[in-house]
Amino acid sequence: MENAPDIEGELEAHLQSKNLVINMGPSHPAMHGTVRMKIELEGETIVRADPEIGFLHRGFQKSCENVTWAQCLPYTDRLNYVSALMNNFGYLSAVEALIGLEIPERAKFIRVIGSELHRMNDHLTCVGAVGLELGGFSAFLYAIEARELITDRVNELTGARLTTSFGRVGGLNRDLPPGWIDKVLKTLDKVAELRAEVEGLLTRNRIFVDRMRGTGLITTPDALDYGFTGPCLRACGVNYDIRKQHPYWVYDQLDFEVPVGQNGDNFDRYLVRVEELKQCDRIIRQAIAKLPAGPVIIDDWRIALPPKQDVYNTIEGVMSHFKLIMEGVQVPAGEVYHCTEAANGELGWYLVSSGAGHPYKVHVRAPGFPILAGVPRMIEGKMLADLVPTFDTINMIGGEVEQ
Amino acid sequence: MSKVALDTLSVKLSQPFVERYFDRSGAEWGVVHPNALVEVVSALKHDPGLDFKLFGSMDAVDRLMLPEPHPRFEVVYLIRSIPLNDVIRLKVRVAELQGEVPELPSITPVYQGANWWERFIWDFYGIRFRGHPDLRRILMYEEFKGHPLRKDYPLRGRQGLLPERPIKDIYRGPGTSSVV
Repeated sequence: MENAPDIEGELEAHLQSKNLVINMGPSHPAMHGTVRMKIELEGETIVRADPEIGFLHRGFQKSCENVTWAQCLPYTDRLNYVSALMNNFGYLSAVEALIGLEIPERAKFIRVIGSELHRMNDHLTCVGAVGLELGGFSAFLYAIEARELITDRVNELTGARLTTSFGRVGGLNRDLPPGWIDKVLKTLDKVAELRAEVEGLLTRNRIFVDRMRGTGLITTPDALDYGFTGPCLRACGVNYDIRKQHPYWVYDQLDFEVPVGQNGDNFDRYLVRVEELKQCDRIIRQAIAKLPAGPVIIDDWRIALPPKQDVYNTIEGVMSHFKLIMEGVQVPAGEVYHCTEAANGELGWYLVSSGAGHPYKVHVRAPGFPILAGVPRMIEGKMLADLVPTFDTINMIGGEVEQ
Repeated sequence: MSKVALDTLSVKLSQPFVERYFDRSGAEWGVVHPNALVEVVSALKHDPGLDFKLFGSMDAVDRLMLPEPHPRFEVVYLIRSIPLNDVIRLKVRVAELQGEVPELPSITPVYQGANWWERFIWDFYGIRFRGHPDLRRILMYEEFKGHPLRKDYPLRGRQGLLPERPIKDIYRGPGTSSVV
């Protein structure tokens, strides 16, 4: 009986514990199949997180340096495979800036329409996936149904569902297919309905809001310091959108607003994306109403391929075709930095040409790269469960981050 | 573009630029002396008149195949200012001395966003950043030898961690690491 106090003491003794290091990904559904997170846990709290990337590295830059300027285009599809058109057009605009080229008005409008369709695609995927990974499967299905409609329109426009390779240096490789505009307008109506469904399921959903509000927080100075752009930066309350600050194509002729958040948390990032979906709808409708007639590609056979009847019937046509296919567009030696606003932020291109038919250097500033670099800051000291919505709302795309 | 910022820096610091020139789009670049780099970027970030707070990106160029291959590397810095609505384009030239790893001061203490880009440049060009907190490879694996975006690294210089079967590529010949 004299041992009783000791047993009592042992029962009350503090359990020995130690920090646990776990691997999340790369084959984990919430890591989108490409990122490995090395997480040190104390209980359920993340002490340290170290994202390891590169599982999807394909040597994008090295490949581009060894093909012609036009042949890089299919590689750019694979950067952000959810919104390939924006990569295509961003890259082409950078090459055009390097040449010093102005593209036809109609091509600019079609580039805006294509980009905004794919911006919707990207935001729908992101919003739907957040719903899915927080347990709301139906929201995901509505979002994917809307995305499928957009993908069908893109398929009709470009001939491919994902890897569009649309556009050429100097404009576009083909005009809109007949009847496409009407289909797009009908699609927009349907997408608006589906978007309302998604919003109805998520925005005021208690469980969803509790998981999203106040998690994945980043302060504005930190966001700027890391180089956040796009919806992730705007959710912090910074009104910064390249479409407004440095208008390219015809964005200065279109009337739209840039939604800005307040708190820099997951919920604000979600709201900014939902609001941007509505703005995309507005932009596309205006661009369609203002769409001018005319050519979609410049008439300069040193840069753009000649029409097929000229290739078959004239010697000049054959020669230009041959030169362009075999040697590529002759871009003058020099360098340029050009950027466009992609779905997740600033998509920048720093191109160097040595005057040969192929790029000397293709630097791509993928919007997801700096955002992913900031993820440890957003989740360290927070619960493990907050990692999933945080990783979703930043909408990191493996293809562009890992090149 | 960026003229105001470059002028302000020239006045504020003594001779930070080796050269200033215009690129194809008419934007102005400042070539910074490596020793003045940290001073320049600190001024950019902290000077209230400049306020370049939004870190853009970094990359390097290997000039080996250009008409003027010396100095061999150029590291490019793109930083944004939201109040000035401007991008500043900076560049530092780094020579590769015989048997030495090219080196630059790290700007990660100033901009956290530079952390991953400096790792990227180390990984792909082999430029070491002095004072970087954690200079590891970022996309390639630790066992990888060499720096793949250098112009003297072969296009098909594969380094598989597991032995590859000698499957022939019908266009470019055998494509295994043992052949390259």
